[in-house]
Amino acid sequence: MDPHTNRDSLMLYLKHQGNIVRKRIVEMLGIDHAGHLGGSCSIADIVACLYFYKLGITPNNFNSNNRNRFIMSKGHSVLAQYAALGELGFFPEEEYKKTKTLNGKLQGHPDMRKTPGIEANTGSLGQGLSIACGLAISMKLDAISHKVYVVMGDGELGEGEIWEAAMAASYYKLDNIVGIVDKNGLTSTGFMKERFDIPNIDDKFKSFGWTVLEIDGHDISQIVDALDKADLVSGAPCAIIANTIKGKGISFAESNPSFHNAALNQEMYFQAMQDIDLLLKETR
Amino acid sequence: MDMAKASIRKAYGEALVQMGERDKNLVVLEADLGKSTMSYMFEKRFPERFFEMGIAEQNMAATAAGLSLGGKIPFIHSFAMFVTGRSCEQIRQSICLPNLNVKICGSSSGLSDFGDGSTHQALEDIALMRAFPNMTILVPVDANQVVKMVETIVTYKGPVYLRINRSELPVLTGKDDNFQIGKTYVMREGTDFVVFANGIMVGQALEAAGILDSQGISVCVVNVPTVKPLNGEEIFLHTHGKKGVVVTEEHNAIGGLCSAVADVLAYRGGIPMRTVAINENFGTSAENYEVLLQYFDLTAENIIKVIKSFV
Repeated sequence: MDPHTNRDSLMLYLKHQGNIVRKRIVEMLGIDHAGHLGGSCSIADIVACLYFYKLGITPNNFNSNNRNRFIMSKGHSVLAQYAALGELGFFPEEEYKKTKTLNGKLQGHPDMRKTPGIEANTGSLGQGLSIACGLAISMKLDAISHKVYVVMGDGELGEGEIWEAAMAASYYKLDNIVGIVDKNGLTSTGFMKERFDIPNIDDKFKSFGWTVLEIDGHDISQIVDALDKADLVSGAPCAIIANTIKGKGISFAESNPSFHNAALNQEMYFQAMQDIDLLLKETR
Repeated sequence: MDMAKASIRKAYGEALVQMGERDKNLVVLEADLGKSTMSYMFEKRFPERFFEMGIAEQNMAATAAGLSLGGKIPFIHSFAMFVTGRSCEQIRQSICLPNLNVKICGSSSGLSDFGDGSTHQALEDIALMRAFPNMTILVPVDANQVVKMVETIVTYKGPVYLRINRSELPVLTGKDDNFQIGKTYVMREGTDFVVFANGIMVGQALEAAGILDSQGISVCVVNVPTVKPLNGEEIFLHTHGKKGVVVTEEHNAIGGLCSAVADVLAYRGGIPMRTVAINENFGTSAENYEVLLQYFDLTAENIIKVIKSFV
């Protein structure tokens, strides 16, 4: 699907797309409107690699069952997904500035009935992996060889339903599920280590029967390799534990618990844009 | 009144198999109670389309949402209490909000699981499900009606909650009787009072009407198998010329059929209404279903008493 003949240019392109996603996230937030900046930026690179390298989802094939699926289980980070969907032409660019408004298509959390390109209603945490299980079973029944990609937060793993789904995915050998954990180490109220730690995420998934890969979630080459490796996993679901930085790319928001769901004042907004423009210069 | 009885849940299990033959997209999910819900019948016939999800109702409900997104028609099963209670939020967020085509079978409903006691007796399930937009709620009166319901909801697109009684109930409808979502069914004509009932309480209401008839009081009995969407127009028409309305159900008076009918009557106005239902209570264990129904006054005698309170 990608027009990039050599790996270096592909990496540069995906890195660029990740930063375009960040720019859109900040645009969607705007000035003085609260929004989930931190968790959207931590998955920007992963979302870019999914939509612009792996998924092959377009407005043209979206209504077909015979394609990959993407479920944003940590629905509060949907701004990153909106950015990718907008770039792919699922809705016109003017929707960005109408995010979270009454007349806009882009809701605060993913809504498949309101936003073109959204696959399920998520955001009440813990349900996305179960939905992915259902899709994965359905694909197996129909002998569809595509995969279901689902992005979860590390804090979200506190939901018991995640582990119910992890058991079911393993029991039914749903090797068409790739579960990506955005391990940014923060929840809405602070650092997980200080508040409610969920240690050894990799061992937990392994003990539930999953194949586990661990990567730097901002290293494009590691993300791409992990997504490719997940294609080869057979007989078990695959978890990619992605070590990320909440707020990545925005200097003042990186690993800062204050920017889970914060409003940017004018100064912050322009600082964020400046930070991203610098990143974009590197990849242009 | 000596009527033939038949098991609703067994008829449900057989209907599911029959519809499974007709529609290859029908899939069945179970949370380890298949021998009670009778989903085991489907498992035996179509093992490749049956999924044991373990004792994990939340995951079962949201997995069904995913199956529906993939074009399947999932039927999920557990006891009424657990499938509506434990997975309540999954039903709201993952199923009703996007209006997905998931069928929820709540079995051993009401007091019908008499021995297991309050933890297992669902007296609030309809209230929970009724609160969610897009949800359709069906309560079969007998083994024939449940078959019609299963046939209907396989082709109806959208979430449905089907409430299944564990015991054998009197057969009050014919095999070829019509069933449509949203219709009410007059089971006995009468001119003085009207009783709206569903499930096991229809039989009790008919018994009460028979006794009252011999005392010169004429009671119309209406089966209301669709609690939601309630056919307000028909409910109102049935009350025309009556001196009072009784609503009876094997459920708390809050949030179920009693509340639904009260909503209609309050809006249209003008006629007194009483209820024969569970009043702000949980269930309890009992040696059989009969004594439990008596303990909670879900009886023909109580319906008679309440109707006479109007006179």
